[in-house]
Amino acid sequence: MRREIPTAIAFFIGVVCIFQFFIPHWPFGTLVDTFSVWFQILQSFAIWLGALNLIKVSLEKSLDKRTHDRWYGWVVMAAFTLIFVVGMFFSGGRQFQEPGSEFDYLYRHLFTPLSSTMFALLAFYVASASYRAFRARTREATLLLIAAFIVMLGRAPIGDQMIAFVPEGYRLSDMASWIMTYPQIAGQRAIMIGIALGIISASMRLILGLERSYLGSE
Amino acid sequence: MAERIYIPASQLGRAVRQSVLALAVLLCVVSTVSAQSESPDTISLTIAQPPLPNAATNVVGSDGLNDDGGSIVVTWSKSTDDGAGLNNVASYRILRGTSPAGPFDTLGSAAAGQTTFTDANAVEGTEYYYAILTVAMAPTTDGAATAALVQSDPSPSVRATAQWFHTGRINMLIATILLCGSVIYFISQAKAGKALYIRKIAGLEAVDEAVGRATEMGRKIMYIAGTQDMNEVQTLAGITILGRVAKVAAEYDAHLEVPTSRAMVMVAARETVKEAYLNAGRPDAYREERIFYVTEDQFGFAAGIDGIVTREKPAAMFFMGAFYAESLILAETGNSVGAIQIAGTAMPAQLPFFVASCDYTLIGEELFAASAYLSKEPKLLGSLKGQDVGKAIILATILIGIVLTSIGAVTLKTSDLDKLGWYNIGRWFEVR
Repeated sequence: MRREIPTAIAFFIGVVCIFQFFIPHWPFGTLVDTFSVWFQILQSFAIWLGALNLIKVSLEKSLDKRTHDRWYGWVVMAAFTLIFVVGMFFSGGRQFQEPGSEFDYLYRHLFTPLSSTMFALLAFYVASASYRAFRARTREATLLLIAAFIVMLGRAPIGDQMIAFVPEGYRLSDMASWIMTYPQIAGQRAIMIGIALGIISASMRLILGLERSYLGSE
Repeated sequence: MAERIYIPASQLGRAVRQSVLALAVLLCVVSTVSAQSESPDTISLTIAQPPLPNAATNVVGSDGLNDDGGSIVVTWSKSTDDGAGLNNVASYRILRGTSPAGPFDTLGSAAAGQTTFTDANAVEGTEYYYAILTVAMAPTTDGAATAALVQSDPSPSVRATAQWFHTGRINMLIATILLCGSVIYFISQAKAGKALYIRKIAGLEAVDEAVGRATEMGRKIMYIAGTQDMNEVQTLAGITILGRVAKVAAEYDAHLEVPTSRAMVMVAARETVKEAYLNAGRPDAYREERIFYVTEDQFGFAAGIDGIVTREKPAAMFFMGAFYAESLILAETGNSVGAIQIAGTAMPAQLPFFVASCDYTLIGEELFAASAYLSKEPKLLGSLKGQDVGKAIILATILIGIVLTSIGAVTLKTSDLDKLGWYNIGRWFEVR
């Protein structure tokens, strides 16, 4: 029964979601919204599950003297306790998210800069990944390199300045626009069509109960 | 802004309104003269109201199509003074009542020149009457504005009703029946024992190689099933592939670690890995704590994974599911420690990042095909064949579209897609 009941629920919800796309009449028109609300309720409970698991894993790690990175467990525990205590007891109760509260201070001055730092790393990783991708080792990679060269220069003012003698319509910016409008979009759409068909096929397998490994064992 | 006059048009002819206007101007002059006599140094002229425009006509309400009974579309013919005549119409106000005699409530407004308004707050089954209030504006000398309002005759009664079929989506219904039908047909063919050919997917062939390498090196395998929750089909695909990776890891006795960014994914991953270890005959080797929750925050998750990867240097990394900007941060960190990396996602914007940073990448549909491919189960392989038929239908449609559009462009002598009408195949597939 551990597999049959979830499979039946998946079938019911899947079929209703398909029907609601074509039937605006009540109750179909509003069912998807109702399901979304149910999912949000489940998510809310699951957050507690996640938080408790995080505490358990970090506590075990920080108490295990054999591991050399046990201090990271302590850092997670300390950060969790700090934000929890400040949010619960020192930020005006339900108004803890209001601007000016202690929780908001920690969010703005601790969490946001840390997040931004991680996001900023992306710039360096884009450079290193581009370097590897654009090495002209094969014919395809060479094509990619040439296309990237034209697009990057075409998108910067210096690109057109370098070849100002070329008539308008044939400059690097025009070539870059052409690459982005035609070959790039054509490739992107081909991938999107494949993805859409893949989603339909995978959804059919889930609705029909052919794919059940995500439900675990009996 | 001052609103001075409110006169239903049906009760007031043009001649009467012009008389009122003349009287108002006379009153202005009298008040100005009296003001001058009281204070000779100050001259002030205030226009009491703009000339009254003609009312909007032909107000009709009609039930909104393809909805659940909550909308009515109101249309009207604009005032003859809107863009012509007195040319002083500033806007229209849409009024609604449950009786033709009123009272009417204001629903919203429409700019001059417009002739439709959608009442999205109608109650199904209730009888409504609509009227249009034409608003004319005129500036006063003190910088404010004054308005004159004329109400139209009420519309005939109208009710909002819900529809049982969305007529704008017939094309989608046909496509759904064709695609789902072909998937179900090939699944039944596969069940009947018909052999199906599936092309090789390099990324999935490399799963054994990656797990084997990690086992030889005595290092971890890290599996990340995306950063989205269980309502995302890519996450389900990622969890399904995890089952296969976990089974191989159990057979090789390799150390598999699954950090997740959603608690529900953690629970599903635990069940899947547990079953895989059971199927591999190694339930004793299953460790629940190796499938753990990190955080739901996008960059917090990336930081947590980067930390683990940098410290513990896994030999193999799998990224299967939905990813956003964190994809490159994760994959480049894995690349920097020399891990063999296999990625799969259906997020088009993240695919180039994975292609650049990983050894193998499952592109879009390959991610969804992976579970069928790895299990070799005929029923699942049948669904892939159905998917291919869908692809053939779309390819044929694209070719027909190219031919039709070309014929239309030559015949109608235009390259404007909007003017191609029936020849523009894109219109056939518009989802309303």
